[in-house]
Amino acid sequence: MDFGLTTEHEMVQKMVGDFARKEVAPIIKETDREQEMAPHILPKMGELGILGICIPERYGGQGMDYISLGLASEELEVIDTTLRVVMSVHNGLASMTLFQWGTEEQKKKYLVPLARGEKIGCGAFSEPGAGSDFANILMTGKRDGDEYILNGEKMWISLATKADFAVVTVRTKADVAKPSQGLTTFIVELDLPGITRGDIHGKLGVRAGSTGWISFQDVRVPLENRIGEEGEGFKVTMTAFDHGRYTVAAGATGLIRASLEASVAYAKEREAFGKPIAHHQLIQEKIARMARDYEIARLLYLKAGWMKNEGKRNTFETSMAKQFATDRSFHAASEAIQIHGAYGFSDEYDVERFMRNARGAMIYEGSNEIQSLIQADYALGYRKDKAVRCELPAYDSQAWQS
Amino acid sequence: MNIVVCVKQTPDTAATVTVEDGKISWGDAPLVLNPWDEFAVEEALRLKEAHGGEVTAISLGPEDAKEALKQSLAMGCENAILVSDPSFAGLDSLQVSKVLAAAIEKVGEVDLVFFGRSSVDTDTGITGSQVARRLGWPALSLVAVINSLDPESKRLEVERMLDETRQQVRASFPAAISVVKEINEPRYPSFMGIRKASKAEIPIWSAAELSLEGDLKSAVTWPEVWAPPKIETQCEFVEGETPEEIAAKLVDRLIEEKVV
Repeated sequence: MDFGLTTEHEMVQKMVGDFARKEVAPIIKETDREQEMAPHILPKMGELGILGICIPERYGGQGMDYISLGLASEELEVIDTTLRVVMSVHNGLASMTLFQWGTEEQKKKYLVPLARGEKIGCGAFSEPGAGSDFANILMTGKRDGDEYILNGEKMWISLATKADFAVVTVRTKADVAKPSQGLTTFIVELDLPGITRGDIHGKLGVRAGSTGWISFQDVRVPLENRIGEEGEGFKVTMTAFDHGRYTVAAGATGLIRASLEASVAYAKEREAFGKPIAHHQLIQEKIARMARDYEIARLLYLKAGWMKNEGKRNTFETSMAKQFATDRSFHAASEAIQIHGAYGFSDEYDVERFMRNARGAMIYEGSNEIQSLIQADYALGYRKDKAVRCELPAYDSQAWQS
Repeated sequence: MNIVVCVKQTPDTAATVTVEDGKISWGDAPLVLNPWDEFAVEEALRLKEAHGGEVTAISLGPEDAKEALKQSLAMGCENAILVSDPSFAGLDSLQVSKVLAAAIEKVGEVDLVFFGRSSVDTDTGITGSQVARRLGWPALSLVAVINSLDPESKRLEVERMLDETRQQVRASFPAAISVVKEINEPRYPSFMGIRKASKAEIPIWSAAELSLEGDLKSAVTWPEVWAPPKIETQCEFVEGETPEEIAAKLVDRLIEEKVV
């Protein structure tokens, strides 16, 4: 067993971290207040290859492994959650889902520009009335010759207004034994007639990012844009969540680290009762908890990343990593505010943004209550991994880098 | 074009410098490619891309300095060489220039050597000029722009950034050039570069390989090192009803304190 990162992984961390520190950290307070994503971010991430990090070179990507995806997500969220959200939806929900389930033609047409960063992708799954209860989504897709006609609305979609393509799951069959059996997934070009979209403002956190809605009115999508078989949409979507959740777990780990680093710096500098507050045991307890949580969260996501590399299903492990890291990142950020005292309550320091940003991840990509149910089902033996028709390919450095 | 860029592994600029037991300590600050050298690497790469050839990064330092070389490889340098020997530890810049000049001569047929303006740890800023002197080449220091370069006639024109002016200088090459940050925006390493760098076997040139055994003696030593006295600062807020009133009070205080 080797817990060390490779030189390659360490250099990925440094490169992505340098990008976030140089290009985003100086402006993040301003863009967070303005509730707008800085326009240079997505093109720059594309130019650097971050948007295709774990996609093989033959599909326009960089041919790095899934651990690199996790490490990049962690580095990005140390600076701001909105950067990691891009990894979750563009890389996780869109690109990796196409990589896992797409036909060769779909990969050439959609995955290549996504991995090159020439186009932006998102995953459109949640609806105004269905998030955790995903099997009961209402948006419909009706077959009409060689096309499907999509109608309905998707809500809380990250990058809704920035994306060129969306992976969308809809109900194509109503009369089925279980609601999850009637779902089908598509790759949809978001400039098609009948599509309108907008951003949602007034969110508690991730304010420097784009979260919005996409409305579909009689949108005609060709048959060749169906991802997987008709009725396979629930499985496609659940595997998409495995990819998205992995990046959320890694990112939330970065948020714990950011809270820890900010708290350590402040505790050494701020004095109370005649000495730096770092010397007070109740502050030390908070710092110790953050350090411990960071280490646990990191091990959990790296194990999930290793399983992805090995081509092993990791729904259980990814669920634990996501729930633990997001719960603990909120706690760490809240404690970081406590350590900063009144200053932590103002946006002069970053920790209040960390707490606002941490809160959303306890809800999205499968609420943490849903994660508990998943984990209980595995632990009780009620749920076992069944092979899906298309598994996420294991990492193969030689094949991916040629 | 055969270009060499001399790089150094230094502590991160965010590191806090302290003195412990008479020795300088950077704590556990991460070691990075000297930030000034990133501009040198970038300019070398740009010239290579414009005129062809290859770029070799050379670093003098311990085994750790390979990390700076890997960063240079990841940015796009073709080759990297670590110049390392126990007798090289703690050399002053005059002796460092001797080692680097020997390494550059060993590379052979070099057209240009790039340096950052200084290193963020020792900050002498003279190594580039010293290397040029040893090689008998023109020293073009503090270069902010390369106006023109002709590989055929081996002539170049640069703009040096001086305190209150810029100076245009024409020279023939081979030449040694130190660059300032205004010259370019260094690129990030590419993923392909990272993969290449992480697999690279970096050769090490020792004193024996450079024929420098027993030949190095620093002129400068640091017999004692101590931390500067702490500067106590006090913060005073000048308040008032209007900006004019605040400004007037501020002027009074500055006169009172004999600042103006």
